[in-house]
Amino acid sequence: MAQKVKIYTTPGCPYCRMAKKFLNDNGVEYQEFNVAEDKAAREEMTKKCRSLGVPTICFDNEILVGFNEAKLRQKLGL
Amino acid sequence: MYELIIIGAGPAGMTAAVYAARKKLNTLLISYDVGGQVLWTAGVENYMGYQFIEGPELMQKFEEQVKQFPLDMKVGQRAESVSRINGDFEVRTDKLETYQAKAIIFATGKRPRQLNVPGEKELLGRGVTYCAICDGPLFADEKVAVIGGGNSALEAAESMIKIAQQVYLVSLTPLTGDQILIDKVTNASNLTIFLEHEVLEIKGDSRVEGIRIRALKSKQEMELDTGGVFVEIGLIPNSEAIKEVVTLNRLGEVEVNCANETDVPGFFAAGDVTNVPEKQIVVAAGEGAKAALQAHRYLQRLK
Repeated sequence: MAQKVKIYTTPGCPYCRMAKKFLNDNGVEYQEFNVAEDKAAREEMTKKCRSLGVPTICFDNEILVGFNEAKLRQKLGL
Repeated sequence: MYELIIIGAGPAGMTAAVYAARKKLNTLLISYDVGGQVLWTAGVENYMGYQFIEGPELMQKFEEQVKQFPLDMKVGQRAESVSRINGDFEVRTDKLETYQAKAIIFATGKRPRQLNVPGEKELLGRGVTYCAICDGPLFADEKVAVIGGGNSALEAAESMIKIAQQVYLVSLTPLTGDQILIDKVTNASNLTIFLEHEVLEIKGDSRVEGIRIRALKSKQEMELDTGGVFVEIGLIPNSEAIKEVVTLNRLGEVEVNCANETDVPGFFAAGDVTNVPEKQIVVAAGEGAKAALQAHRYLQRLK
């Protein structure tokens, strides 16, 4: 079953770019939020996900902070 | 067995790859990322041919040039060890894969130095960051502390005084960065500078709440309320994987001569991980070229 994937990013962040490239290359659909601009998304990321680092990648019931290919593969069953 | 394995795909490693490919060396390039430290560089204004280019874009151009050639690339894994077997080399990666080659070019660059104080590891990603350009925007309208006194600390402070409520700059030494940056930063009304102060602890449970610092001379301690800690205290070489194989200097950099040779025949090194003076993109690229040409010469002699 396809999971909802949200990724919170900032424009200058290389690991955000790597994470998005990984998702794209593996055909994973995701919603991206630029937390440098989008204040509501920033609130959501820092308060709800309790994360203070980008990329923050949210799944239905888990949050990954940073780009860790192995963990991401495991989470997505790739 | 490859003729050459290049470890690291920053400016040095990727330039070496192009030179090796043009010599038709059977080459493998192994790297965790493509672009290395330049990925973390916002703007580059001193790489010839470009008056201004963003770091990631420059590295994309390097990558496109590498991919013009039929060489093997393994991205997403780190070399954990390099060992010598009967004059050849074996590279083992963190994915437990092994590759063999007759020669090595080691170009793994540097990474941010850590403070090594209580709270730093625990609060990483919860207010502690080594990437101001990434995480800076998360601390808009908060109080933040930038640790360090060199150019990268000053650049972090410069970007944060524009968006944070209050910025503390804490440096062990007097400010050592370029005067042009010092001038830009030190007049800001929301910046407070603590020179010759050390960080003792980063405090907080689920996120950073403050830091404890101490003046080097008076030994007086102080606590600063802050939601973010930007650690910008320099870089250390990524040389752990080869510390048993080649000679490192006291900074952990690989000792090379002007032909990029280490004290082990067939083992070459290039770029910021070496003792070459000046850590610059243009220097690293040039060193990568030299290392590949020297490796080619070495492999010719083996035949």
